Order: sequence, then structure tokens, then C-alpha cells
Amino acid sequence: MSEEQAVTTEPQDIDVQNIVRTRGVRRVYKMGKLELEALKGIDLEIKRSEYVSIMGPSGSGKSTLFNMIGALDKPTSGKVYIDEVDVAQLDAYELAWLRCRKIGYIFQTFNLIPVMTALENVTLPMIFAGLSTDESIDKGVDLLETVGLGDRVQHRPLELSGGQQQRVAVARALANDPAIVLADEPTGNLDRQTGREIIELLRRLNTEKEVTIISATHDLKMLDVSDRIVWVEDGKIAKIQRREDLDLDVGQIGED
Amino acid sequence: MTTHSATAEPSQRQISLPLSKAIEIAFRSLKIRFWRSLITIGGIFFGIAFLMSILTSSALNKAMLDGGSSQVRALLEQKGTDAEAETQQIWLVTLSLLVCVVGITNAMLMSVTERFREIGTMKCLGALDIFIIELFLLESAFQGLVGSLGGVILGCLFMTVSMMSSYGMEPLSVFPVMSVLKFGLYSLGAGLFLSIVGALYPAQQAAKMLPADAMRTEV
Repeated sequence: MSEEQAVTTEPQDIDVQNIVRTRGVRRVYKMGKLELEALKGIDLEIKRSEYVSIMGPSGSGKSTLFNMIGALDKPTSGKVYIDEVDVAQLDAYELAWLRCRKIGYIFQTFNLIPVMTALENVTLPMIFAGLSTDESIDKGVDLLETVGLGDRVQHRPLELSGGQQQRVAVARALANDPAIVLADEPTGNLDRQTGREIIELLRRLNTEKEVTIISATHDLKMLDVSDRIVWVEDGKIAKIQRREDLDLDVGQIGED
Repeated sequence: MTTHSATAEPSQRQISLPLSKAIEIAFRSLKIRFWRSLITIGGIFFGIAFLMSILTSSALNKAMLDGGSSQVRALLEQKGTDAEAETQQIWLVTLSLLVCVVGITNAMLMSVTERFREIGTMKCLGALDIFIIELFLLESAFQGLVGSLGGVILGCLFMTVSMMSSYGMEPLSVFPVMSVLKFGLYSLGAGLFLSIVGALYPAQQAAKMLPADAMRTEV
């Protein structure tokens, strides 16, 4: 479908069709004399508004890949392009801007600031972005209502359950209307039911707001909502599958 | 610099942390670590109290020599000014303040290490390195301010009472308010300055970390 569209749209649109692009990304960790090659050359393209899951067992390199895509770490070699801008060329200021405005992050351990209420956590990126206090509060309350926490706006993380904290994290990730939401094991610390709710929330956001979602996970529940699944093994991409190609029975995976 | 084509216009590329907000965050971080902060404040408190007590004693001695009764003046002149004792005193005060700074640095390093994940998260939200430094310096400055204030009061009180035990009511009657206030301000400034200096290294270390490393840390 995208091939026909590409011919008729302007060149500029084709360029930014890929919101994330990696070329030969390698990451080597030096621990004393030992060298650990976490990523062995990753070539990946992720389109706008796609929901991509990066799947793999622990130690496969998916978290490292996540850090590369999210500009949280620098590759040892290779390039990462976000909206066709080489991340390695950005200075500290531009990098901060990227993380503030273009990308929203969700983590396995929620990573909310403990001294702040849910609303303050959600509005912190807005403050960095220069929104006035009133605007940020309005928007923050709005976002918290979208994730179903309209009645817990003044609660501190200590007073919230795991699932609620992750919802706050999701709201915070959306604070500055980012183009990309990156989630690192978002359901890792949640029970099955809550995990399902968060996955459903992400899927809804992907559909309604057309935000690109890239999630590194080994939660198989994520398979059902992803457009594409990138299987990572031992630092390399093992295979990429589209949702349609997966053999999933309703409600179960791989039953024969 | 770099191509900005796919990123927003320059006017939208502002990242800022208003001072009022920074102060709020720093203050709340201290409140939540109340007891630990008290220990750091205690260190500054005693160091500055010592400094202030030495300064107060010199101010009071001078005031009594200049305007005190003849008995007291005789007593003081008997004691004489011992150059060696004075050098020793300066050395003692300097040492105690150095110990203070080391204590502050240690406390701030611990605070930073505990909060690596928080720092990494803030960088993910778009915080510039300078914001992180600002937050830690503000925290340390608060502790310095509170500790110094208390230290100045304690030092002054202690020395005045101590001198009264030697010279009766004399110290009170000639109490050099302006001098003591001046020295109080100096001590306050010294305490504040040392707190900020003590926090500089830890704050810089915190700010320099890459978010990925910051959040990988298990505390």
C-alpha cells in the first residue's frame, strides 16, 4: 500500500516516512579487558504511526537497541536517524529538546519523581518546554483523565498502585505531544490484568493520536496490538513479522 | 551547526527551568529526606558556630579593651595578645571548615548516588545538564543557609555567655552590635559558599551521566 502512495506524494514526505532509522548500529561494552558486543549491526526502519514491538529474551540486546533509538546512549558505530536527523550530530541542547518534545519515554520501573504529585510529574516536561503553569495544569489534568486517573491528580507515586503509576508515566510520556513513544518493558512490573490494561491504553493512543509506539518487551500480550514485531536475538535482528503474518489463535498464542 | 529541517523552528527550541520551580523541587527533595538533611545541616551548623564564636570573641575583646571598665582592661592586658595562639586559632578554624566541606561533599555524593535514576529520568524528560547542577546546588545552598544561620546564633551566644563567666556583665554592656552583625554576615556567607563548593563536584558528576547509565544503576 505504501509503495503506490510514495509515488504520488512529495519527496519530502517520503524522506520523513521513516520516523526512526538505524544503519549498522553496533554497541560494544568494555568491562575491564572484556568486550561485550550487545548489538552487532542493526538495520531498522520504523514508519510514522506504526506500533512496533521489539521482542527478545533477556540479554538479546533489545534494551540496548531501545536506548539507541531513544537517544539515551550512543552507538559504538553506526547511525541512528530520528526524523532523518542523525542523533550523533546533535549537541546537548538539541538532544534535550529531542527528549523533551519529540520522544516520550515509559519505563519498566515507572520512574516517577517521588517528591511530586501525579499532576506535577505529568507537567514537568511541559515546564521544560516552556508552557505556562496554567496551560500545563489544564493539559496535565486532561492527559490524566485520558489515562483514567482524573480523580488521582494530586496523589504522590507512593499513594498509587503499580498500574496507576504506569498510567501516570504514559500520561507524562504524552505531555508535549511527542511523535514517538518509547516503552521499555512497560508491563514488566505489572500483573497480567493491569498489563493488559496498559497495552490496551497504548493501542488506543496509537490509533487515536497516531503517535508512533516502539516497545521493547518480552510480554507476548503485546503481540496482538503491534503492527510489526522485530525479533532480536543475540544482538541481531532475527526476523521481522507483521501482525497479519503471525499465527495467533484468538486469546492464545501458538496453540496446536 | 546541524540541519534543523526535520526539527522545529529555532524559536520553539527553548528548554527552560524557571527558578521558582527549581527552588520548589529542591526544597521538596530536602523535605522528603528530612533527617539526612539535618545531619548535613548539623555539620555546617557546628563548623560555622565555631567560626562565629572565634569572631565574636575577637569582637568582644576589642570592645572591652576599647570601652570597658579599668578592671576588665587590666585583666585583658594581663592575658596579652599571643601571636602563636592566634595563628593556632586561625589554623583550627580553617581545619574545622575544611572538615565541614568534606562532610558536605560526602553527603551530597550520597544524595546524588541515591538519585541516579531520578536524574536519568529528568534527562529523559528534557532536562539540560545545567538544570541538574542547579537543583543540587540549590539543595545544598538551603542546607547551608539553615545551618549557617543556626551556627551564627549559637556561636555568638556561646561566646558571649562564656566571656560573661570570665568578665561578668562587661561583655553585655559594651556589646559591639555592628561588629557582631558584620561577622555574622561573613560567617553566613562563608557557610553558604562552602555548601555550594562542596556540592559542585557531586552535582557535576550527576549531570554528566548518560541517561542509559543513570537508569541502569541498581541502588
